[in-house]
Amino acid sequence: MTGPGSTVEPRGAARRLLAANAWLVYAFFYAPILVLIALSFNENRLVGVWRGFTFDWYGQMLSNGAVLRAIRNSLIVAAMSTVLATVLGTAAALSLERFRFRGRQAFDALLYLPVIVPDVTMAVMLLLFFVRAADAMFVVSGAQVRLGLTTITLSHVAFNISFVAIVVRARLAGMDPTLEEAAADLYASRWQAFRRVTLPQMAPGVLGGALLALTLSLDDVVITSFVSGPGSTTLPVYVFGLVRRGVTPLINAVSTAMLVASMVLVLASVLLQRRRELS
Amino acid sequence: MSQTLAPTPEPGAPQHDPDELEGRAADARSRRGAWIALPPAAYLVLLFALPLVIVLVYSFATRGTTGQTILSDWNLLSYRRLFDPLVREIALRSVGYALVTTGISLVLSYPFAYYIATRSPRVRNVLLVLVMVPFWSNFLVRTYAWRVLLSSSGPVSQLTELLGMGQTRLLFTTTAVVLGLVYGYMPFMILPLYAAIERIDLGLVEAARDLYASGTRAFWRVTWPLSRPGVIAGSILVFIPSLGAYVTPEILGGSKTTMLGSYIVRQFLSARDWPFGSALSFVVMALMLAATLIYFRTGGRTL
Amino acid sequence: MTDAAAVRLAGVSKRFDDVTAVDSVDLSIHDGEFFSLLGPSGCGKTTTLRMVAGLEFPTAGQVSIFGESMGLRPPNKRPVNTVFQSYALFPHMTVRDNVAFGLQMQRLDRDEIRDRVAQALALVQLTGREKRRPNQLSGGQQQRVALARALVNQPKVLLLDEPLGALDLKLRQAMQLELKDLQSRVGITFVYVTHDQEEALTMSDRIGVMDAGRLLQVGTPEEIYERPTSPMVAQFIGDTNLLTATVKGDGQIELAGGQIVAADIAATPGTETVLTLRPEHLQIVAPDDPISDGHNALDGTVTRRVYLGNAVSYDIVAGDVTLRVRARNAPGRRQYDVDEPVQVHWARDAAIAVQR
Repeated sequence: MTGPGSTVEPRGAARRLLAANAWLVYAFFYAPILVLIALSFNENRLVGVWRGFTFDWYGQMLSNGAVLRAIRNSLIVAAMSTVLATVLGTAAALSLERFRFRGRQAFDALLYLPVIVPDVTMAVMLLLFFVRAADAMFVVSGAQVRLGLTTITLSHVAFNISFVAIVVRARLAGMDPTLEEAAADLYASRWQAFRRVTLPQMAPGVLGGALLALTLSLDDVVITSFVSGPGSTTLPVYVFGLVRRGVTPLINAVSTAMLVASMVLVLASVLLQRRRELS
Repeated sequence: MSQTLAPTPEPGAPQHDPDELEGRAADARSRRGAWIALPPAAYLVLLFALPLVIVLVYSFATRGTTGQTILSDWNLLSYRRLFDPLVREIALRSVGYALVTTGISLVLSYPFAYYIATRSPRVRNVLLVLVMVPFWSNFLVRTYAWRVLLSSSGPVSQLTELLGMGQTRLLFTTTAVVLGLVYGYMPFMILPLYAAIERIDLGLVEAARDLYASGTRAFWRVTWPLSRPGVIAGSILVFIPSLGAYVTPEILGGSKTTMLGSYIVRQFLSARDWPFGSALSFVVMALMLAATLIYFRTGGRTL
Repeated sequence: MTDAAAVRLAGVSKRFDDVTAVDSVDLSIHDGEFFSLLGPSGCGKTTTLRMVAGLEFPTAGQVSIFGESMGLRPPNKRPVNTVFQSYALFPHMTVRDNVAFGLQMQRLDRDEIRDRVAQALALVQLTGREKRRPNQLSGGQQQRVALARALVNQPKVLLLDEPLGALDLKLRQAMQLELKDLQSRVGITFVYVTHDQEEALTMSDRIGVMDAGRLLQVGTPEEIYERPTSPMVAQFIGDTNLLTATVKGDGQIELAGGQIVAADIAATPGTETVLTLRPEHLQIVAPDDPISDGHNALDGTVTRRVYLGNAVSYDIVAGDVTLRVRARNAPGRRQYDVDEPVQVHWARDAAIAVQR
């Protein structure tokens, strides 16, 4: 393959410029994150001026009822919506990648749309839907439907199905379909072939899709803030509300915690994939 | 002559109608596929397609005096308001920001992706993971980090003061918003570019060099045209979310940098003009759909 | 019929949309024979095999195995096993789990599974590799695992879809002999799909030649090679000269160039026919050399000479007829140069009419 010294490797100034640009981009990516992490340990209430090292802000975070409630809400919504979206998204991927049926193309298009539609539009759509649904429910059964964790979870599933389906489909597309034929040839029933061959093969895709869904659910601000009600604020929505009012050491601490959590998730998925490739 | 054995049907064997045989197998399979597709399809119809129709209906409704929505009176008032000078200004600004963001991302990402793609496979993987980690980290937090950096007493300002350039006041300006957008969406540019460049058969560059092209000319005549699908894919993948951005301008921008996303949200959360907000959302979505269609037309695959 | 064929296809066709992949094929494969389906890629041989396996269902016609009509019976309910072209080894399972898979699906008890897997692996000389994963094996070893995985089920018929295609030449030749040997030891009917005529000739008891969805000829390797019934078969199996000619009667025919030669063809005078003449059945001599009795001879000129090591191939133009001659290479044998005038001769029974 290529490497330093080959024809495709520019020489001289161009080569140094390429390397410099690369380091610059990495600095651009990591500097803000590192500064934020460092400042979360700053004793000074004035965020920009370093005074001394402290864990105080993390202590405050852990004793702040609103933050803890928001974390709890986020975790509930993320867990529930990830499970639901993973099941539904995997079913969608399987049906599209392995079967031909009437309405398949329409379904394919419908599945891609939520990826393209901007957050804000999706938020508007779901808000209006839940408002109308609540009205309808009230008329039909007299039940009061309120915006809350349920509506947030349902909304997260609505945009995550597509992402899960895309990831799982990519995996299925790369999988040799004769493996399933071989299983059938070796006396496996349809269910056995799925259990013993298809499922283990697509498991990394399902896991990847689930991790993506989890990340997106924990990331979402716009849609959640539209479909949440009093008491159902998630962590990003809570932090967003604070951030708009200014920079405080408490937000730094909460942000750093969120950052570390998401990085652990990513690294875990990268390592998992690496292990699988090696085995 | 060799002996081809009897083509006569075996006596007693049941005679199926063969066409029906094969058709039955295909039908059963098709039904199974439809059953598997049903739950996710139903979910998306209920929580995506139906809401989309509701937004469309609302965009033709009228706002009542107290902010309630009157659905009975259909009209095009909301769409007419799209031509207000204020709306036009915000729309043009959003498109402008999105274009500038796309341009800066492309200029930074192309050499970056080229650099990664020409490393040895081992190094390449590490470099890619280093791109993915911040990309997958919480978007809100990453944007907030810039707010910390750019605040009037923040590190950037302190640095410029130390260098004798005085305090910088970048926060709440166009610069801050575009910076935030580039920071947030640049990985969408890097990944398709990397994929496109990495796929290029390097033997082609060697062939160009063999045919008397200089390094520079080989790049412009071979590498660049072959990587164009990546350029187009990356540009659209950056342009679309930048255009609909909400979190970034809210955190890093001010009243003079309002973008479409924020303007739409305002119609729902403060102005309580749902019909107008619906019309705006619908138009923004249509624009993005158009951009995406162009993307697929030009042969893009990876989303 | 008491001695039911191992596999019988009756009027089997398969259409995909508007492409006819297999066109009304009638075929009986005997119990215990090594049968090859031979043809160029896209001729429908793999589709035919897949219909026997139950991986496709015929658009028309019937597949039966040992007298039992298969209808819509799915692959897992058929007494056959397949060795796939790509092997289709389960990448997430060890060699042992791959081989045990079919037996587990049939819910055999653990002891029996263990014994039969060990036997099957011994049969293909893979004892000691049980814990490997498919991607830790060489191509040849993967091929053996695929074979063991199918054979361990003791199928009534083993279907092999170009199983040696991915191996290099030396290994392929070794495996050909091994496969043939294995087949005679286990006594199972093998149905073998290949596009490699040499492979088919080496291993098969009988060969079915397919082209464009049709079964052109079925016969032993000798029959197929020595007495092809169509130009396509003659051309596909080995190298040949195809000559158009007109029957003159009295054992005489007229070639396209007007030359009258002798041939054993019983047809009414005036009939157009095509003859196949194998290059190795032609001899080349100097213009004045005597010709053996009962041989036809044509005067011509060498237009091309290709040295092949064990033989020399000449293209010779004789009037409007071009003939390829393959002359065995032996010490002291005279060789001819391009543009040299020569005589080509052949025994009258060497020319076979393939179309009448």
